[in-house]
Amino acid sequence: MLEARGLVKRFGAFEAVRGVDFAIARGESFGFLGPNGAGKTSTMRMASAVSRPSAGSLSIFGLDPREHGPEIRGRIGVVPQDDSLELELSVRLNIEMYGRYFDLPRRVLRERADELLEFARLSERADSKVDDLSGGMKRRLTIARALVNRPELLILDEPTTGLDPQARHLLWERLYRLKREGVTLIITTHYMDEAEQLCDRLVVMDNGTIVAEGAPRELIERHSSREVVELRFGTDAHEQMHDVLAPYAERVEVLPDRVLLYVHDGDDALRAVHGAGLVPVSALVRRSSLEDVFLRLTGRTLVD
Amino acid sequence: MATRVLPTFGSRRSVHIFERNFYAYRSQWLMFVSGFFEPLFYLLSIGIGLNHLVGEVPVGGRLVSYATFVAPGMLATSAMNGAVIDSIFNPFFRLKISHTYDAVLSTPLDVTDVALGEVWWALSRAALYAASFIVCMVLLGDATSWWVVLCWPGALLASLAFTCVGLAGCTYVRSWQDFDVVTLVQLPLFLFSGTFFPITLYPRWLGAIVSVSPLYQAAALLRGLATGQFDLLMLGRAGYLVALGLAGLWLAARRFRAILTP
Repeated sequence: MLEARGLVKRFGAFEAVRGVDFAIARGESFGFLGPNGAGKTSTMRMASAVSRPSAGSLSIFGLDPREHGPEIRGRIGVVPQDDSLELELSVRLNIEMYGRYFDLPRRVLRERADELLEFARLSERADSKVDDLSGGMKRRLTIARALVNRPELLILDEPTTGLDPQARHLLWERLYRLKREGVTLIITTHYMDEAEQLCDRLVVMDNGTIVAEGAPRELIERHSSREVVELRFGTDAHEQMHDVLAPYAERVEVLPDRVLLYVHDGDDALRAVHGAGLVPVSALVRRSSLEDVFLRLTGRTLVD
Repeated sequence: MATRVLPTFGSRRSVHIFERNFYAYRSQWLMFVSGFFEPLFYLLSIGIGLNHLVGEVPVGGRLVSYATFVAPGMLATSAMNGAVIDSIFNPFFRLKISHTYDAVLSTPLDVTDVALGEVWWALSRAALYAASFIVCMVLLGDATSWWVVLCWPGALLASLAFTCVGLAGCTYVRSWQDFDVVTLVQLPLFLFSGTFFPITLYPRWLGAIVSVSPLYQAAALLRGLATGQFDLLMLGRAGYLVALGLAGLWLAARRFRAILTP
């Protein structure tokens, strides 16, 4: 339902998106993973038919956004990074007024607002001012608002950034429900656990380009080992540990605060390290994650 | 495809911006009341107060009371002041502080609809204030002819010009400090645009400069309408205000696009 080829976005001399290709099928939930400044938001704004591509081709629902912007936007729901809710309006009016932008009749909107408030678990706060809501509630309201036109495609930019774990899980649960109902989701995130939880397929973006594409598990298998041993030594020692630890792992990655050993069997590797007389301050064996994929592909961590 | 007519000046979806403002300001009725009283106070203090000191003033070929002379000028000024609030202060807040428009642009509305919708809102308020102002002119005896009702559409033309130019200007405002510049433009316009005295009192060259001022054109147009003294020049004045409005709206939409969807 969405196809981009050689998509470019320039702001003056700065190229935020440098020729990306991707295709998203109906009913799929598709992720854009990358650090801040990778070009995710610029890509999202083009995918939601708000900002015009500087070059390349883009087709949404088989339509050209340059020609059919209003029609396309009428079938999309957008959850922007900053909620941009109407602070002077009540919770309910935020949904109803947003629906008016889609030319929906007031009578229909009253019913939909009831449903959506229920969905967002905000029924009791319907008449509150938005200003008085917590961060998690505002986020849920923003999602409810984006659903007012019954979109076929929901675009979420960093949906859980800044939320506490409980609020995140509630939000994820609501997004699963939408997915089950057949809504196509596009999600940007810099949390790898979120991408692993929510996305059927994702692309990893860095510096305005796509550096990898696939299902989360697939990407991990392709670009990382099965397990990872995280070792912490005393201060300043990490740089020198690379060569010392190299024989015990497929690959060694040195970060400022820890050393990562990419191995097939973490416990075996840890035993070998101990056997060589090396004593880390702390050691942790875990499964590989998208964070490791990202580190491998870009040489940087996702969240600084 | 009917919604794609007039892409430069917005579509009928622009009315939703009016609706949005209506909901947002519904609880702030005090602001509306103050907007009505401000020009009325001018009318009372300058009209009644100065009327006795000044005596009669020539308008066209006739002598009229100072209150009759000054009331249309006050009406034009009120159109300008209202437009400054509704096209510079409030849209600036929505454009650059509260980012209201960012969410709106994810819906079928286009930037041209946003700009045009703000114009609808400003004009609706202006229509209310102008109507009540004209009623006061009649009640205070400042109107000498029933032609004064034509001041209502006349005042709307003035509001159109000021609103659209203001909306374009609002996109150049970077912070609240820049509003000093707005005041710096507004005040001399108010004092020297033939609102309080005829510009024939100026030296010829200065009068020529002042006659370019949209407030002068609006005041002169309204003065003619209020006293029922029509001439062809008034068509030119009306045309000037409409042209300013269209140019302002065109520029405003372009600037909105550059800021909101770069």
